[in-house]
Amino acid sequence: MMDVGRHPRIKVFTLSEVTSVRGYVGNFNVTVHKKARLVDENECTACGICTEDCPVVTPDEFNIGLSSRKAIYIPFPQAVPSAYVINPEECLGSDPIICGKCMKLCEKGCIDFDMRDREIKLKVGTVIVATGMDVYDPQEMDEYGYTRYENVVTSMEFERLINAGGPTKGEIIRFTDRRAPRSIAFIQCVGSRSSKKGGPYCSNICCMNTVKDTLMLKEHYPEMDVKVFYIDIMAFGKGFEDLFRRSKGEGVRYIRGLPGQIREDPDTKNLVLTVENTATNELEKHDAEMVVLSLGMKPREDAKETQEMLTLQTTSDGFYLEAHPKLQPVDSATKGIFFAGCAESPKDIKDSVTQASASSARAMRLMNSGEITIEAITAIVNEKKCKVCGICVKVCPYNAITFDKDNKIPAHINEAACSGCGTCAAECPTDAITMRHFTDVQIESQIDSILEEDPADKILTFACNWCSYAGADFAGVSRLQYPPQVRLIRTMCSGRVDKKFIWRAFEKGAPVVLVSGCHFGDCHYIDANHWTQKRIEKIWKQMKKLGIRKERLQLEWISAAEGIRFSGVMKKMGELKATVTPAEIEDTRRLLEKQKRGK
Amino acid sequence: MAESSSGELRIGVYVCHCGLNIAGTVDCDAVARFAEGLANVVISKDNEYLCSEPGQQLIQDDIRGHGLNRVVVASCSPRLHEPTFRRACSQAGLNPYLVEMANLREQCSWVHSSQPREATEKAKDLVKAAISRVRELEPQEELKVPVVKSSLVIGGGVAGIQAALDLADSGYQVYLVEKKPSIGGIMAQLDKTFPTMDCSI
Repeated sequence: MMDVGRHPRIKVFTLSEVTSVRGYVGNFNVTVHKKARLVDENECTACGICTEDCPVVTPDEFNIGLSSRKAIYIPFPQAVPSAYVINPEECLGSDPIICGKCMKLCEKGCIDFDMRDREIKLKVGTVIVATGMDVYDPQEMDEYGYTRYENVVTSMEFERLINAGGPTKGEIIRFTDRRAPRSIAFIQCVGSRSSKKGGPYCSNICCMNTVKDTLMLKEHYPEMDVKVFYIDIMAFGKGFEDLFRRSKGEGVRYIRGLPGQIREDPDTKNLVLTVENTATNELEKHDAEMVVLSLGMKPREDAKETQEMLTLQTTSDGFYLEAHPKLQPVDSATKGIFFAGCAESPKDIKDSVTQASASSARAMRLMNSGEITIEAITAIVNEKKCKVCGICVKVCPYNAITFDKDNKIPAHINEAACSGCGTCAAECPTDAITMRHFTDVQIESQIDSILEEDPADKILTFACNWCSYAGADFAGVSRLQYPPQVRLIRTMCSGRVDKKFIWRAFEKGAPVVLVSGCHFGDCHYIDANHWTQKRIEKIWKQMKKLGIRKERLQLEWISAAEGIRFSGVMKKMGELKATVTPAEIEDTRRLLEKQKRGK
Repeated sequence: MAESSSGELRIGVYVCHCGLNIAGTVDCDAVARFAEGLANVVISKDNEYLCSEPGQQLIQDDIRGHGLNRVVVASCSPRLHEPTFRRACSQAGLNPYLVEMANLREQCSWVHSSQPREATEKAKDLVKAAISRVRELEPQEELKVPVVKSSLVIGGGVAGIQAALDLADSGYQVYLVEKKPSIGGIMAQLDKTFPTMDCSI
C-alpha cells in the first residue's frame, strides 16, 4: 500500500468515482468525480490532534461498528494516503459558533472547509476493473439469529476482534459479558452454495478463512473447544490441505452438516445449534458460547452501474464475464478493459494478485507497441449519394459523423472514432453509407443463400456479435439443444440490421425472422440498440398495415451469458414457425412483390 | 461481386473435425464434398484440427499452390479462432478480410448432438451461406491509431494495488481511483491471511 502512495508514476484518487468512460481501446476519455476531503492530504501529517475536540462520535465502519470514531478521522492507522478526512454528512461545520474545533487544533492549517468536489479528466489507453465485491449480509438468514443473538458474529467481525490493532486488541470476547468464550462454533457457506439465500456459487475463500481462524484461536486459546459445521471443505489450493490437517491436528472438530437453527439460552446467552450430521445421519444438538458465521461474497451493489459505463457483461451470478473462461480469463469482451480480483468472481488474495499481474501484463501487451490496429469494419460515406439529411449524425453513438447542412457538405466519418456498429448504414435513407466487411450485398447474400432451399423450414436470426451471437456460442459450450433449423447471421450490432434485410427475408419466403441484440444498458455501442428497437417497431406497424402477422418478426435481447435463454428463445421461434402456414408465406411474398412493383 | 486481379474467384473450403467435437455429430466428409460442387469452389477439404500448425499449413499451401483468393473455414466460432485463420491466410499473402468462417461447433454439432442427420444438413447450409458471403468480401486495410500509454485502475483493493504497481513499475502512468478515503479494500480489514498466516497489510 505504501509503495502505491509513494510511486512516482501512480496517481491515487481517493474518495473518487469514475463517472464516465468514453472512447475506444488505446484512447479512453475518463471523467473522475473526486469528493472534497476537507483536509489537505499532502500537508496532513496524521498527528491526530484534530480529533481531540470533535464532538461527533459515530460507529467506525473499518471496525464494522465495533468501535467508534469522530467526524474527522483516519480510516485506519496504515491508511494511504496517510491523512485525515472529514465526513461532511456527520460534521457540524466550520461555523465557530457551532463548532469548527478541529480547525483551531490543526496548527498546520490543513483543514479547509472551502474545498470543493472536483471533476478530473484523464486520457488512458487501458482500464483495469478491480472493483471488488461485497460481503454477504446474513440478516435475511433468520435461523441463525444474527443481530438478534449478540454472541452470533460474522467472520468479518471476528477478523476485527482477533486483529491486534482491532477494537479489542486481539482479544476474542463475547459481546454479552466481555469475556473469552470457552467454546466457539463456525458455520460455513453462509450466503454461498444455496439457491434460496445468498448465491448458488462457492465463495471460494470462506473454508480456508475458517481454517485459518481456528488455527489462530488454538494458538491464542489452546483450551477453547472449536467446532466447524460445513458441507464440504474446499481446500484445493497449494498448502491448503496442510493447513486443514493442522487444524484437525490441533483438535478442531469438523462436523459435516449445516445447522438448521440456532437458539439462545436467555440466561447464559449461550447458543444451541441443531444440526443434522450428514456423516452419521443423526440429529444433534451442540452448545457454543459464540458462533461465527462464515460469510460468502456477492457482486458489488454498484456492479451494474460500472457494467453499463464500461459496456461489460455479467454471468448469471452478477460477477463480470470474461471474454473467454479459459483462454482470456482476465480480458473483458470490450477491448482494452481487463479484470482483476473479485469483480470477476470470488477469489482469495493470492488469486487476486495473480489475476492483477495477469491483467496488467495484458494491458502492457496492448500499450507496448505504441499503436493498435482498428478492425476494418468502419463506415464509409459515398458522398455522391449523401443527401445531407443528418440522420446518420443523429444516430451515431460516438459522435463520429459530421456534416454541414447549410453548405451542403456531405457526411464525413472520423474513422478512429467509428466503432463499426452500422446503425448509420441501416438508417441512411439513400444507402450512402457502406459498412466495411458488413456491406448490404454481403449480408443479403447470406439471407439469399439461407432461404434458397426450403425457406419455410428456416428460422432466420440476426445476432449481434457481442451478446446474442456470444449467447449462442455459450449455449453451444453448455450443449443446450435447440431446433436445427436455426440460422444465424452475425452483425457487429443489432443496429446494423437494415429494415430492407427483414423485408427481403419475408420476400424470400422466411416464415419467421428474429432480430436479437444486447439488453438495454449492455449494448457494446453505447445505446445503438435503442435504434434497433425503434426500427423494429416501425416495421411492426408497416406489417400490420400490410396485413402481415407482426408476430412473425421477433425482437429479443439475449446476453452473452444467457445460453439457456438463447436456446429457450430458439425453441419458442420453432413453435412460432409451426404456426405459419405455406399459404400465409405465399401471401406475404406476393404482397411484398406487388408492393415492390408498385414502387 | 468482388473480383481478384484475374477476375476469377478461387475459393478454398476447409471443414474441421475438431477431433470429435464436430466430426462426432456432423459428417465432415459429406460437408466437404457438398461444398466441392458449389460455384467458384476450387478445393474443399476436411481436416482433423485446422487450428493446429499442420492445419494452418494446409490452408497456406493451398493458397499458394492453388492460387486461392477466398477461404472459408468451417470450424468453431469466429469469436474464438477468426484471428488465427486471418493471420494464417495473411502470412500466405491473402488479405485477412477475404476469410470467412462457418460456425459448425458452438452453433451446430454441440447444440444438435442428438440429431446428426439434421446437423449435417445444417452444416452444409452454413457452409453454403459462408461461401455466398465470401464471394462478396473485399480486401480491407486496417487503420493504425496511437495508444495512450497510461492505465486507469478502478478500485484500490489488493487486486487494484497489484495491477497499479506492476504497470507503474513497467513505466506506464497509472491512475488509481478508489471510492473510500484510503486504498486497501477489504484486505486491509483482515488480520492474518492464509496460506502463509502472515499479516495482510
